[in-house]
Amino acid sequence: MIGVHNITKTYAGNTVLNIEHLEIPKGDSFGLVGNNGAGKTTLFSALLDLIRPTTGHIENSGIKVSESEEWKSITSAFIDETFLIGYLTAEEYFYFIGELRGQNKADVDALLAEFEDFFHGEILGQKKYLRDLSKGNQKKAGIVAALIGNPEVVILDEPFANLDPTTQIRLKKIIKDLAADPNVTVLVSSHDLMHVTEVCERIVVLDKGEVVKDLATSQETLKELEEHFNK
Amino acid sequence: MFKHFISLQWKSFWRSASASSGVWMKIFMGFWALYFIGMMALGGWGAYKYINKELCLDPLTVVSRFLIYWWAFDLVFRYALQKMPVINITPLLILPFTKNKIVSFALGKTMLSFFNIIHAFFFVPFSILLITEGNAPVLNVLLWNVGLIALVYANNFLNILLNNKNTLIYAVGGVMAVLGGLHYFEYFDVTQYTAPFFQGLYESQFLFLVPIIVAIGLYIIAFKSFVADLYLDAGLATKSETVKTENLEWLDRFGKTAVFLKNDIKLIKRNKRARTTVLVSVLFLFYGLLFFTGAVEAYEGPVWKIFAGIFVSGGFLMSFGQFVPSWDSSYYPLMMSQNIKYREYLSSKWWLMVMATFISAILASGYLYFGWEAYLAVVVGAIFNMGVNSHVVLWAGAYVKTPIDLTSNKKAFGDKQAFNLKTLMLSLPKLALPMILYAIGHYAYSPYAGYLLVALAGIAGFAFRNMVFDKIERIYRTEKYKTIWAYKQKK
Repeated sequence: MIGVHNITKTYAGNTVLNIEHLEIPKGDSFGLVGNNGAGKTTLFSALLDLIRPTTGHIENSGIKVSESEEWKSITSAFIDETFLIGYLTAEEYFYFIGELRGQNKADVDALLAEFEDFFHGEILGQKKYLRDLSKGNQKKAGIVAALIGNPEVVILDEPFANLDPTTQIRLKKIIKDLAADPNVTVLVSSHDLMHVTEVCERIVVLDKGEVVKDLATSQETLKELEEHFNK
Repeated sequence: MFKHFISLQWKSFWRSASASSGVWMKIFMGFWALYFIGMMALGGWGAYKYINKELCLDPLTVVSRFLIYWWAFDLVFRYALQKMPVINITPLLILPFTKNKIVSFALGKTMLSFFNIIHAFFFVPFSILLITEGNAPVLNVLLWNVGLIALVYANNFLNILLNNKNTLIYAVGGVMAVLGGLHYFEYFDVTQYTAPFFQGLYESQFLFLVPIIVAIGLYIIAFKSFVADLYLDAGLATKSETVKTENLEWLDRFGKTAVFLKNDIKLIKRNKRARTTVLVSVLFLFYGLLFFTGAVEAYEGPVWKIFAGIFVSGGFLMSFGQFVPSWDSSYYPLMMSQNIKYREYLSSKWWLMVMATFISAILASGYLYFGWEAYLAVVVGAIFNMGVNSHVVLWAGAYVKTPIDLTSNKKAFGDKQAFNLKTLMLSLPKLALPMILYAIGHYAYSPYAGYLLVALAGIAGFAFRNMVFDKIERIYRTEKYKTIWAYKQKK
């Protein structure tokens, strides 16, 4: 589904990303962990063609992301607040994304109904612009917007950060459900080792831009990760 | 203690991204400041001379009469533009500074504001002339000035108190506008009642104490309310409005473009910065008065008529259009990772500009008062704006990489992007081309031939729409990564 080939990204002589080869098959649930500055967001931004790698290329469904834009219709993401339109209400934002992804209002409403629990009554009908919501609620809106339009690739950068415990548990269930769908590839990054090991079948550890571990999740994974980061 | 504040201020000024953005910006700002100072000084000098020589009246009496309007205008102007001193206070709250110190520094900072000092450039030359030419007693002139300075500072503190109280300031502005109107049409002259006070500042030796006491009183009240409000959920809270979800379904007839068009209309309605551009474009509507009334001699030439026509109908096109992708800067990565056709995105902005130009042209029908030829210039200008300038503006916008903070009005006037060479080059044909075309028609044949040429160029512009959009699309693609990067740079 997603292939990373000889990617490097260098800022003023400083290499922040250097991945020779990384293959993420369709239906995978892929977790990315690493300390600050390990290159997680850089990799995700490159996957979305938001930054241009210094060398190498990335393929999404066999399409080079920097050459064609065909992959955009099957890919969705929530990276940070720059994916939110601050002056819209949550509903308006969802409908806008829906329209861009070929979904009418009824489709969007049907999808939103599934997330009533997750929203916890704090997103819909709030009479507030997104910019006036709390960080956690903004994140909820952004994550759900990334699920509109049946995307085949879902990229979430640090989805657990800023969320309250209840919402974290609900989000884990949402991601697990997504991952259970053989047509959906989920990519998640996190600083929380417990959460990633719980929701992802495969975990890759980045350190200073390089892949240092590539694990299929098992009973021992959490321990192994903790040892790695405790060095 | 104050040493710390001052060093923080100093760093925040010089290290802010906008200040370090280049020496050009500083020179530009310097020029503006000098221009204002020069105009004010010239105004002070000119006012004295004009009233004295041309009207044969006592300059002091005349100026004193109109000071009530000056006072009200100053207050409204401050309210619109002067920034509140609340920024950057939050991190200081838990440091070992007393609240009184923080507040007195913040208030003291506002006293040095440009809005207070600018008045001196009018009143100092005026007062000097009063003393040297009018033989007015030095002491009285000084007292008059002291009174006015106190009034300026009273406004300064009043503005801090009134902050966020929209209705009050609209009331003051509204009342003054009505009084001004009544005065102009000679129904009721408010200055008859207020002039004695301002005149009294000069004549009486004690009246100047009144504004001083008022200013001190307002300072104390502002100080107290500021200290009491120094909490995150009170004075330092960011305001949030209650809003309703809007559908704007009537726009759906524009097909795919409607998705963006709806968004753009919300953008303009809901963001301070975008609303300002609409306000500016309304002001542009009146710009033509300078030309068609013959108020400014330099603008008498026939070619200037078309210049006016372009500006009157194109205010929105120029003020909004020049920042086109930047309006979406805060969520540009979202746009770039969605399945968006640049053409639909662009044509939404294009439609917006065309509609605004059309509406401006209709609103400008007031110029029929100056003869239908004046209005013809506006209509022809509108056609040229819609056909040619709308494309040029979008094209130039493709090179704009200044992020816009939608929620603040800062930098609404005079952005450093004005010095982007490419945009500057591309803005030339917007004004020069129609003037040249008109001049060719006008001098070769007749004024109507000039208008016809400009209008034809506008109509021809529509034919090139697809070609230009292709070109812009390509620029957008190649500039994409640079633009995303630039928009990430916070101010």
